[in-house]
This record gives sequence, C-alpha cells and structure tokens, in this order.
Amino acid sequence: MDRMNWIELAYLIAALGFALSLKWMSQASTARRGVLAGEVGFGIAIVATLFWPGITGEGFILIAVAMLIGSAIGVPLGLLVPMTAMPQRIALSHAFGGLAAGLIGIAHFFLEREHFSKFDLGVIGIEIALGMLVFTGSLMAAGKLQEWLPQRPIVYPGQNIVNAAVLAGAVGLVIYQIYNPDQNWAVPAIAALGLLFGVFLIIPIGGADMPTVIALLNAYAGLSAAALGFVLDSKLLIVAGALDGASGLILAIIMCRAMNRSFSNVLFGAFGATDAVGEGAQEQGTYRSASVDEAADLMKIASSVVIVPGYGMAVAQAQHKVRELADALEKEGVDVRFAIHPVAGRMPGHMNVLLAEANVPYEQLLDMDEINSDFAQTDVVLVLGANDVVNPAARHDKSSPIFGMPILDVDKAQTIFVVKRSMRAGFAGIENELFFNEKTQMVFGDAKSVVAELTSEVTGQRDAIGL
Amino acid sequence: MSSDVIITSLFIFMLAAFVGFESIRRIPKLLHTPLMALTNALSAIALIISIVILGQGHTTYAQVLGFIAVVASTINLVGGFIITDRMLKMFKPRERAPKPAAGSEDGVA
Repeated sequence: MDRMNWIELAYLIAALGFALSLKWMSQASTARRGVLAGEVGFGIAIVATLFWPGITGEGFILIAVAMLIGSAIGVPLGLLVPMTAMPQRIALSHAFGGLAAGLIGIAHFFLEREHFSKFDLGVIGIEIALGMLVFTGSLMAAGKLQEWLPQRPIVYPGQNIVNAAVLAGAVGLVIYQIYNPDQNWAVPAIAALGLLFGVFLIIPIGGADMPTVIALLNAYAGLSAAALGFVLDSKLLIVAGALDGASGLILAIIMCRAMNRSFSNVLFGAFGATDAVGEGAQEQGTYRSASVDEAADLMKIASSVVIVPGYGMAVAQAQHKVRELADALEKEGVDVRFAIHPVAGRMPGHMNVLLAEANVPYEQLLDMDEINSDFAQTDVVLVLGANDVVNPAARHDKSSPIFGMPILDVDKAQTIFVVKRSMRAGFAGIENELFFNEKTQMVFGDAKSVVAELTSEVTGQRDAIGL
Repeated sequence: MSSDVIITSLFIFMLAAFVGFESIRRIPKLLHTPLMALTNALSAIALIISIVILGQGHTTYAQVLGFIAVVASTINLVGGFIITDRMLKMFKPRERAPKPAAGSEDGVA
C-alpha cells in the first residue's frame, strides 16, 4: 500500500466517526458521545492529511499559522457566544463553511483545469456558486438575526425577476465555463454572481422564516462540500457533505411542514404580500386584560399549567425567570409543562436550547404533537411572546395567510393568559383571534418582568414585602 | 475524472445521504439546534483539502485562497464542536433525588 492508501484508510475511519456521531445524536443521553465521535473522526482526518505527498516545509508553517488563527477566533466564538445569540452564531458559521468551500473550489479550478473533464468543470462551477451563495446568504441571515439589518422582509417590484436573472446568469456562466475552461474571467464571475445571489435571496425573507432558511443554507453548505468531493475524488468530502446536506434538508422540510408552506413559497413568496390583509382586519372585537396578581392567583390554584414560549421569550432573555416561575408553581403542587412549536424562535430547536440553558429538565419540554391533545385538560396556558403559532385562525380561516399551519391548540384550555407588550399585530402583521377569545386575558408588559412578578406573587414574597 | 470514478462517487454519495436521512430522522426536535451546530462542524470538512492546497503551495494565488480557507474552516470546526458540547451539557433529565436544603430556603423568604 502506498501512502495515499493509508490516508484514505484513515479517512474511512473518520467517515465512520461522522456517521456514529449523527447516530448518537438521536438521544440526549448519548449526544455528547456523538460530539466526541465527530471530534475523533476529524482529528484522525486532519492528522492523516498532514502526511499528504507534496506538502512543503513552508507549507507546514503556513498550515500551523492558519489553524492557530482559526482556533484563536473559533474558541472564543464557541465559548463566549450567549445561548440567546445561537441562531446568528449558527448562521455565521455557515458563512465560514461556504467561504472555505467556495475559495477552495476556485483555487482548485485554476490549479487543475487542464486535467478537468466536462463533468468536473460543471460540478466545480456549481460548487463555487453554491459556496459563495452560502457565504453571503448566511452573512445576511446573521445580520438580520443580530438586527444589524431590518428583520422585516424587504420587497420591491420585480424582485423575483431580478433574482431569476441573476440565477440564470450564473447558470449560463457555468455552462459557458464548461466549454471555455481556459477563460480566466468566467470562474471569478460565477463566484461574484453567487455572492450577489446570496444577498438577493435573503433580502425578502423575514425573521419568522429564518428557521427554514438557516436549515436550507445548512443543506447548501453540505452539498457544496459534497460537490467538491466529486471533483477532487475525495470520498470523505462526499460522505461528510452528504450527511450535512441530508441534515439541513430534513430540518428544512420539518420547518416548512410546521408552517404549512413550500420551499419555493418561503424563498420567493415573502410574507410582505400579507401586510394588506393584516391591516385590513384590525377590528376584531374587544379583549380582556388581567393584572399580574389575578394571573398568579389563578395559576397557583390550577392543577396543570402549560407555558408556551416564543421568540418574545428569547428577545426578553426571560428563560431563567420562566424556570423560576415553573419551579415556584411546582412547589405549589401545580403540574407545569412547556409546549414547543417546531418553528418557535428563529432556528430549529431554539426554545429547547434556551430552556435547557435555564436548567429546565428536558422531560418537561413537549413537542406540538405530544401536547396538543392535552390542552383540553389544561387549566391555565401562559403564552410568552408567541403569536402566530397559537392563532386559531390557522385552523379555520381560509383567508388567513397562515391558514393550514399546524398550531398549538391553546384555545382549548380553560384559561389563557397572553403576555404581550401591547395589542400591536405580530411580526407577520396578522391579527391573532386568540387575543379576542373570551377565555383569554392579556397581561401587558415585558415578558421578563411580568414573569418575575408572577413568580414573586406565586411564592408569596410580594405580599410579605407589601405587608 | 473518468466515468468509473464518477459512478463510484455517486454510489458513496447516495449511500451516505441514505445513512444521513435515516439517522437524522430519528433525532428528536429537542436536539435540533445542537444537531445544526454539529453538522456545521462537519461541514468544515473542506479543511482537509484546504490544508493540502495551502501546504503544497503551487502558486501564490492558491496559497492565499488556501490560507483563508484553512482559517475559515478551522473557525467552523473548533467553534462548532465546542458550542455543540456546550449546548448538550445543558440538556439534563429531571433530578429524581429530593433537594436537601429546601426547608431552610423557605425560612429565608
């Protein structure tokens, strides 16, 4: 066996590590072992790569320097980013992945194009465009999530035509480049169009659609790695890329189903078109409001309380306060659970991570499918910063933009408290008929302070101080 | 690339995608964010090719692109694994043992 065979053998073990790491992710109890398997696989792959023929002495120094710089940025990024900033952190990391894949595609093209077949040329063209698209698209997504860019979808007339033109331009250039690989300008132009398309693709997408988009960018990043693997004949890249692509695709499908929308609808439909509907349907009747004391009293004597967290909880960073409230209620003998809608928050699983950070045991976090049948037997539901995912209009109002979206059936509970800053319509501009339900009472205020007050009311601390 | 190699690559891609679909389908929604962070780290796999291109240093152009790519994918790799583990550490089952000092806490209030 020559040296390359040994390297490939090491890569085989690495691929096994990656597959095992996904397998062990299927349970909370084995998930950390999964991370370890991935790390070991990666370690083996990197060490094996250092034995690659033709790496020069100067090359080793450059590799070491580059990896040190990368670690110097990556370690703090991993250790210090707060859990509330996780969606933008994930998006940013997709951006780095896309950039690396795109640049390596370009470098490889200029080094090896004499040896490329037409298939290679086509694949590498797609790979470069995808990598660059993921780079700018993810940066845009991160910017929107961090609120450096407006979270509202930005739409203008002819947007889809402009996007289609950029896409067609990129496809045309890839085809041109297959037949004219000696042209030096074509590949940089493909990269430029990819960069542009990434920006254009994310501009019309609103914050509420971010979970799907992040998952989709994840899938694209995987596909570009796999495409690179095809051109380079690297089986490890193909395997890792396929695993990554499959994961992103599955998550994107789950997100789309949870919103009852198609991919194309998320990417090209934008929510902007629904603004008119939202504004037209303002007058929905009267609502009732409750004070914190009233809400706390009712929750204290309830036998079951379900808390429905949404993006508002993340924005207010209220997860720790929420956990204190849950603890206080449990001490009073109340059964407390959390109902998590698949698209609550800004990325798949967002609420679960925040509540886990606040030490809520994961048995208390229930999926929509697990909890929906229980709402009818629930005494009190507390809706915290969630809106569209609890709007009953999704079940029956065919004119509603969210009609058909699976929702949490909180309106079936005995009493519903909705914590909200004001009666302003939600992100998508859709009026929520839950707020006008006669079983619903609005508790106005910032999620974090309302929850804190509820907790002190439940524990009786506030009364003690007041007396 | 010859057709043989392409076919082999397609086989590998198909089987890996199948394994990916089947294992990821089983991952509960609870762990979807850590899953994204983990696959993020895995997508840094372009690192191995970046290392080769940077290390061989055939042209300055390739070296510059390779260098940026190694930095970018190392950020992804290191940050991705650290953050996945950090998140997973937080997912705890309910503690069954009764809290020992519960009584004294009530007294303070």
